[in-house]
Amino acid sequence: MESNKLSRVDYIFRPESNRIDLIKKIMSKDKDDFILELIDSGLKGRGGAGFLTGLKWKLAKEAQGDKKYVICNADEGEPGTFKDREILDRVAGKVLTGMALCGYIVGANEGFIYLRAEYRFLAPKLQQMMDAMNQELKTAGLDFTLALRFGSGAYVCGEETALIESMEGKRGEPRNKPPFPVTDGYLGKPTVVNNVETFVNTVIIAEIGYQEYKKLGTDSSRGMKLFSISGDCAKEGIFELELGMSLADFVEEFGDGDTKAVQVGGASGFCVPRKKFKETIIGFEGIPTGGSMKIFNSSRSMYNVLHNYLDFFQEESCGQCTPCRVGCQQLLKGIMAVKRRERPATYLDELVKLAETMRYASKCGLGQSVGNAFVSIVENFREEIVY
Amino acid sequence: MINLTINNIPVTVEEGTTILAAARKLNIRIPTLCYHEDLCIAGNCRVCVVEQVGMRTLQASCAVPVRENMQILTNSMKVRQARKNIIELLLSEHNADCTKCYKNGNCELQDLANEYRTGNQMYLDLVPEKHFTIDQSSPSIMKDDSKCIRCQRCVRTCAELQGVNALAVANKGHEMKISSFYDKPMHEVVCTNCGQCINRCPTGALVERNYLDEVWNAIYDPSKHVAVQTAPAVRVALGEELGFDPGERVTGKMVAALRRLGFNSVLDTDFTADLTIMEEGTELLTRLKKALVDNDEKVAIPMTTSCSPGWIKFIEHTFPEYLPNVSTCKSPQQMFGALVKTYYAQRKNINPKDIVSVSIMPCTAKKYEAQRPEMRDSGYQDVDYVLTTRELAIMIKQAGIEFMKLEDEEYDRFMGDSTGAAVIFGATGGVMEAALRTAWEIVTGKEVPFENLNITPVRGMEGIKEASVTIAGTKPEWSFLEGVELKCAIAHGLANARELMQAVKDGKAVYHFIEVMACPGGCLGGGGQPIPTNPEIRQKRAEAIYAEDEGMPIRKSHENPEVAQIYQEFLGEPLGHKSHELLHTHYKARKRY
Ligand SMILES: Cc1cc2nc3c(=O)[nH]c(=O)nc-3n(C[C@H](O)[C@H](O)[C@H](O)COP(=O)(O)O)c2cc1C
Ligand code: SF4
Ligand code: SF4
Ligand code: SF4
Ligand code: SF4
Ligand code: FES
Repeated sequence: MESNKLSRVDYIFRPESNRIDLIKKIMSKDKDDFILELIDSGLKGRGGAGFLTGLKWKLAKEAQGDKKYVICNADEGEPGTFKDREILDRVAGKVLTGMALCGYIVGANEGFIYLRAEYRFLAPKLQQMMDAMNQELKTAGLDFTLALRFGSGAYVCGEETALIESMEGKRGEPRNKPPFPVTDGYLGKPTVVNNVETFVNTVIIAEIGYQEYKKLGTDSSRGMKLFSISGDCAKEGIFELELGMSLADFVEEFGDGDTKAVQVGGASGFCVPRKKFKETIIGFEGIPTGGSMKIFNSSRSMYNVLHNYLDFFQEESCGQCTPCRVGCQQLLKGIMAVKRRERPATYLDELVKLAETMRYASKCGLGQSVGNAFVSIVENFREEIVY
Repeated sequence: MINLTINNIPVTVEEGTTILAAARKLNIRIPTLCYHEDLCIAGNCRVCVVEQVGMRTLQASCAVPVRENMQILTNSMKVRQARKNIIELLLSEHNADCTKCYKNGNCELQDLANEYRTGNQMYLDLVPEKHFTIDQSSPSIMKDDSKCIRCQRCVRTCAELQGVNALAVANKGHEMKISSFYDKPMHEVVCTNCGQCINRCPTGALVERNYLDEVWNAIYDPSKHVAVQTAPAVRVALGEELGFDPGERVTGKMVAALRRLGFNSVLDTDFTADLTIMEEGTELLTRLKKALVDNDEKVAIPMTTSCSPGWIKFIEHTFPEYLPNVSTCKSPQQMFGALVKTYYAQRKNINPKDIVSVSIMPCTAKKYEAQRPEMRDSGYQDVDYVLTTRELAIMIKQAGIEFMKLEDEEYDRFMGDSTGAAVIFGATGGVMEAALRTAWEIVTGKEVPFENLNITPVRGMEGIKEASVTIAGTKPEWSFLEGVELKCAIAHGLANARELMQAVKDGKAVYHFIEVMACPGGCLGGGGQPIPTNPEIRQKRAEAIYAEDEGMPIRKSHENPEVAQIYQEFLGEPLGHKSHELLHTHYKARKRY
């Protein structure tokens, strides 16, 4: 695997070009051509799961339905992530434009931003921009209107099918997949759910062209990404980087010189210890991330880190499926029991097996990813967990 | 058609089939817990996971449809490991005191734990730190959260089949649980006591309130005369608990068993079912006369049946404005109770205070009904204890009676007579059919114009059925009905009842007579019937009911000789003074939550 050099870029927060001109430009093109360009650009979803955005739009376009919907996932609940908030605060126009493009391509007439409850303060400005945009689109001859919906404050509602349930006024429990939202989404209609940053990326591709876009990143991880950097770091905040750099380069740039581990991708991501920094690439070929990068220096107790993550999951699991609801409790209680010598250190091996079961058998991505942090921390910092 | 392999055996099934159904076709059993044939797919317990070759995650076989060339493994190492872990996880959150548990021996979780030999507990016991509660507030239902595996079958039952929504999921994460509205006690919420959730709960978390000890104590008390009545639907289902296949009629054996248990008189609710037809049929004709002849605008049409106490509580909560439309007739159980402590006591020369009246019902709502304050017209609580079909089976087992070997016996001769019309009360459409058989004859003097008295349009398992007959050939006193098209509707399962009543309310449907049974399939699918229940079992019970009807010498309620006798000796005439006093009741509007 070849890694890129770490390079800071500036596409996402760059001022927007004339959005109506851009939309008109795309409207003058063949829809399928634009989809092919989007697929060719290699853009993968920025919400975590990393599905090819062009393919998602293609599936939604081909799906049968008298109505279709576009949803922007702005639930941003992953601890340590705040890049979608920054986007919506500074360049919300690009998000709206991306949604309108999507609506045009897949044949949807309505779009919703599902905004995290804690981000309510952004609502007045967003609403104003949406109202203006609805007018502009009408004038431009595009039948697409935007509206705002609020999250319920539960982390799991960021999962796309739980999000849809919640938008339908139900309890935010993830659905069985298949069927997927592209065929059976909001109100049972074909629906595209994309992350805030993903929509911005589609606009960038429309602006600079897919060939230019493809020059950024690596074969498996095209483009740039916003990173929310926190923890024991020299520089904290939001940074836009080209995808595919090695974690070693990253730590050199952002660490405080004493970094012992980095949690890539937040609570649902992986913990990488120092000895693996060099070989670890940030991207879909290595460790993908929704943007959260948390840096730990040698003063941190990895037991506490893990304890916090598990506590978070046992609270934030929707609770419907067995592996996740009970598994999270067992992992948390399990490390506590080991710490207190109520169970032998070898009990951790049983828990690692349990974490594997949770990975395979949980209903949604939440339960499936609890094992990421658990196994990577237990395997790399076993002594800290036991003693 | 889709081709796939399961455990390397090829199979071809229709598109849309789930992996689970495809496996069943190959006689490969995949364990399930949250799956139930009557309900929508939840996919939350995850014990049904299987491996799809090439996929990283396991697939919930109950939820995932087959795809071309899928290769499924139902018993691979990965599957076994996951399934065992999942069962152990469920048990770690479960108060598994099987020997003390009411569901011991008929529990899906226990079966699975047994199958997977989950001997020594692998995980930490989470039960002590949970503050589980047992809700015993309802006279019908017990809810024990420490036995709940959160499969949500009850929630889906209450919402999808019953349209009641008394149970819902509350909280998330480790605190997620099944709760009533604001976690209030069950007797304070909209629960209709129908027991459908009990029939589908795979564990001991929802069970009937049992009155076994009370009934045994009454039997053991020499100063008491314990009279038992048995509802029509019990005789076609009891066998399932005692070694017979679904659909076996065990009327004679049941009667024999009741005698051996020590009940002093073994009587039949069918008798008062026939009586109900006389009263309710007359009530319907009277209402029609008031409406059509007297142009009385106050008379409430359509009239609905009132034999299902789950339906009564439902309408009291949900459509209280329609209470005047409900027939004032008590349910057959309560008519029976009122008569046992009056007419029967007189005839048998027993002091009514020494009579303990017990009924065997397919129903849990009847437990609640028996305790309603209105149900004391004999001067005592008319029905003292209500046992479900399941509880009767428990008593028979406790008494060491070898049920399968019993010789058939007959009901007592007095208040034990019944007709085919009474038997079909146990199936959806049955009350309608029985009423039509009698009312038609009252009005025209002739038998209903259906071959062999079988009014087939009102039979069957469709959720809402409609039928209409144009009345012709009336006797002079009923000539106002000549040419009238009598419109009837039948609903079973309260979700269907809700839909039907909403249509009536919205003016989209006009009827004269509506039959509602709270339970799917009618009483034969009642909340007190043997577990499991599914469409196939209910169909078999229905067939048994109609077979029982066809085999009866008398098939019309008004021809029941004991019914004629009781009017002559005691009641006078249908809707007469005495009837009003003992056989009719009133209802009360209740809150909507
Ligand atoms: C527990 C959980 C929480 C999630 N939260 C978010 C979120 O806050 N924002 C987001 O965009 N995607 C989130 N996702 C991913 C979404 O399910 C979905 O994959 C994503 O919105 C698709 O958009 P994308 O293809 O543009 O990434 C979450 C997934 C899971 C399992
Ligand atoms: S994995 Fe967790 S969050 Fe997802 S459905 Fe299961 S219990 Fe809910
Ligand atoms: S519910 Fe089942 S597993 Fe649980 S204690 Fe009762 S019988 Fe045992
Ligand atoms: S009460 Fe019974 S049916 Fe309801 S969730 Fe619990 S175990 Fe399942
Ligand atoms: S008894 Fe009937 S109404 Fe009550 S909770 Fe159960 S299903 Fe719902
Ligand atoms: S039976 Fe399939 S998930 Fe429960």
